[in-house]
Amino acid sequence: MTFVLTCWTVGLSVLAILWQLGLRFLSLLGALGRASALWASAMWGLPGRGDVKLVIAQIYNVGFLSLLIIVLSAFSIGAVLSLQFYTQLARFGAEDAVGVGLALVLLRELGPVVTALLFAGRAGSALTAEIGLMKTTEQLSSMEMMGVDPLKRIIAPRIWAGLISVPLLTAIFNMVAIYGGVVVGINWLGVDPGGFWGGMQEGVEVYEDLVKGMVKSGVFALLVTWVAVFQGYDAPPTAEGISLATTRTVVISSVLILATDFLMTLVFYGEF
Amino acid sequence: MRMRTIEISVGGFVLAGAIALVFLAVQVSGARSTGTQNSYDVVARFDDVAGLRERAKVSMAGVTIGRVKSIAVDLEWGDAIVTMAIDGEPGNLTSDTSARILTEGILGARYIGLSPGAEEEKLQNGDEITETQGALVLENLIGDFLTNLGKS
Repeated sequence: MTFVLTCWTVGLSVLAILWQLGLRFLSLLGALGRASALWASAMWGLPGRGDVKLVIAQIYNVGFLSLLIIVLSAFSIGAVLSLQFYTQLARFGAEDAVGVGLALVLLRELGPVVTALLFAGRAGSALTAEIGLMKTTEQLSSMEMMGVDPLKRIIAPRIWAGLISVPLLTAIFNMVAIYGGVVVGINWLGVDPGGFWGGMQEGVEVYEDLVKGMVKSGVFALLVTWVAVFQGYDAPPTAEGISLATTRTVVISSVLILATDFLMTLVFYGEF
Repeated sequence: MRMRTIEISVGGFVLAGAIALVFLAVQVSGARSTGTQNSYDVVARFDDVAGLRERAKVSMAGVTIGRVKSIAVDLEWGDAIVTMAIDGEPGNLTSDTSARILTEGILGARYIGLSPGAEEEKLQNGDEITETQGALVLENLIGDFLTNLGKS
């Protein structure tokens, strides 16, 4: 008798867990659907003439104001990479390879990834909070009342600004990081400049390294701005909802950046 | 006034990004106007290319004069057909040029080393280098060594 009862309870709890999993999956699918609809309706059609000013203002917010953190991080990362490469390579008398190692690591991986992570933390969270607050204070609905489409006026310029800013920030990040590597490697540790730059130019290819890195950075820009804008737009209109949405923006976009980076590296550089 | 500051800042930002891209292309990648540079194709057959890759260097006397364009296998003869793009106009290599697959350092990348011959005739676009020596494969070397050891 007790045996049958135990079987029943176990069976029921398994069913309940499965039910919960199904619900979670369905809500995930629903969020993905809403996010796609948001993106599609915001980006539908070309931006009009009047939107240029809005996009410029947003590039200022998400791009120009992120410059300081990008430049500072890039310089330290370049300097640290150069120092680490040097201490390892000097044991084999291969200090000249510092240049090519630094440039390849930066152009292929660290430049796009770290820039996108910093962008998600610096600009993505701000986007989410801003749009979430606009929704909470019913600015978005009042816009709709006035016949202004908030998707076109608020969402689209922010997505465009992200798509333009992140690749530019990545290029600046790479340049400053290489400069940081030069300061440590050549000016401080005394690597031969000829071997440093020569090895770099010999080993780095425009298409294979620079262009593919920039493609990565464009994909990251798309992901981060999309997640940030959607989380803000979809946040429950409460103080707690906005705070949760801001956290989720940073967490989800960081995980997405690292996961897609692995996939893209596999596709770009993997040998099957 | 406020909008003007924003516009100037964004202009400076875009300009900085453009400068960074040019710097990365020219100073870091060493991009030169490769469009104007001529090259012609030369084919060579090797019995074993072991580890040679496309875009590997083709060099003569240690100087890079071209790149490996494609590697294919000839199933009928069981050897590899390597197409090389040699810089410059056709006619800068003698027809009895020989090709060897070499290794940079002990563990470095494979590349093709060309040695000039003495013929008057020159290699033209699409010609074949007949005198070739494939890559040294460590396993084969050890195998030969052990066989010889057994004989003596």
